[in-house]
Amino acid sequence: MTDGVNRQIAIPALLADHKDMLIVTGLAGSAKDIGALTQDADNTFTMAGAMGGATAMGLGLALAQPDRKVVVVTGDGELLMNLSSLATVAVAKAPNLSIVCVDNGHYQETGDQASHTSQGVDMAAIAAGSGIKTCRSVTTMEEVEDARKLLAGANDTCFIHLRIDRTPPPVFRREMDAAVVKTRFRRAVLGVN
Amino acid sequence: MAADQPWAHGVYDYLKSEGVKQISYVPDAGHRVLIDKSLADPDMHSIALTTEEEGVAMAAGAWLGGQKHVLLMQSSGAGNCVNMFSLLRLGRFPFVTILSMRGDFGEGNPWQMPMGASIEGVMKACDFVVLKIDTEAEVMPTIKAAMTMAYKSHQCVAVLLTQKLLGAKSF
Repeated sequence: MTDGVNRQIAIPALLADHKDMLIVTGLAGSAKDIGALTQDADNTFTMAGAMGGATAMGLGLALAQPDRKVVVVTGDGELLMNLSSLATVAVAKAPNLSIVCVDNGHYQETGDQASHTSQGVDMAAIAAGSGIKTCRSVTTMEEVEDARKLLAGANDTCFIHLRIDRTPPPVFRREMDAAVVKTRFRRAVLGVN
Repeated sequence: MAADQPWAHGVYDYLKSEGVKQISYVPDAGHRVLIDKSLADPDMHSIALTTEEEGVAMAAGAWLGGQKHVLLMQSSGAGNCVNMFSLLRLGRFPFVTILSMRGDFGEGNPWQMPMGASIEGVMKACDFVVLKIDTEAEVMPTIKAAMTMAYKSHQCVAVLLTQKLLGAKSF
C-alpha cells in the first residue's frame, strides 16, 4: 500500500483533539507520530516493544476510564500480530475506545519489508468482520477531516484505517522507561502514583 | 476435574473486596466458577480473550486507568504471554494472574505435559513471584498474599492452582 495521506500532516489533523484523549500507541512509527504530536504528554503511553498489545491495553484503560475518550494508535505490523484483539474489543463493548491503524503496508522500522496489508489484507474489512460497527478507510485529507469528526462524536467503538504514503514518522526522542511513563500518566489522570 | 470448586466463591468475594473490577480469561474448566461469577456480576468487567497475552496488556491498561485486573488462564496460556510480560516488567505494573495447572499431578493428556513442566521455570525467568496451591486450605492465604505482593510491593505474581487442588481432567 503506497497510496494514501502523509502521516506527518494527517495524524495531527486526525487527532487535533489529542489533549482531550487518553492515547495508547503501539511500537515504532505510531509511537513516534504520537510522541511528536503530543510532545510526549502525560496523557499518552507509547510503547517500543510488547508488540501486539496496544489494542488490548487500550481496552483495559477504556473500561477503567469510561468517561474519557481512549484512542489506540497503532501500525499495520503491530495490529497484524494480534488481529484477534479486534474481536475481543468488539465483544467487550467499550464505547469510549477507538482504534486508529496507521497503515503504510510496510515494516518500516526493520528495513521496509512489505507487510500483509500491501499484499491483499484489508484491515478495515477485518475490523468490520470482527464486529466493530463503525469502520472507515481513510485515504484523503477530506476523509481525515470526516474521521476526526467521527472520533470526536462517536459513542461507540470506531476503527479508523488510515492509509498513509511512505513518508517516515517524525523524529522525536520520547521517554522510553515505561515505569516513568506509567507513573506520570497515573498522576495526571488519577492524581496518584 | 473437581466440579464444585467451593474455594472459588471465597476467592471471588475477596478479589472484589480488594477492588478488582476487571477479570479476563480464555475459557477454562479450572476457572469455571470464577468465570461464571464474573459473567453474572454487573459490577465486574468480565472479558473473554482470544489469547492470554491480551489479558496481560489489558491489566496494564486497567492500572493506567486506576482499576485492578486479574487474568485467569491455564498454564498452557502462559506460554502465549512471554513477550507481553515485558510491558509489566519494564513498567513495574502490579499484576496477579491465577493459573490452573495442566500437565501436572495425574495429567492424562500428553499434549499438556511440555508446558506444564516448563511453567514454573518460565514464570520465574520472567521475574514473577510464583505461589503454588495444592490444598483448599492454602487457597485464601495464598490469594491474599498474591494481591498484597502485587499491589503493595509492585510485583508480578502467578498463583498456580495445581492438579492436586483441581483434580486431573479425565478423558
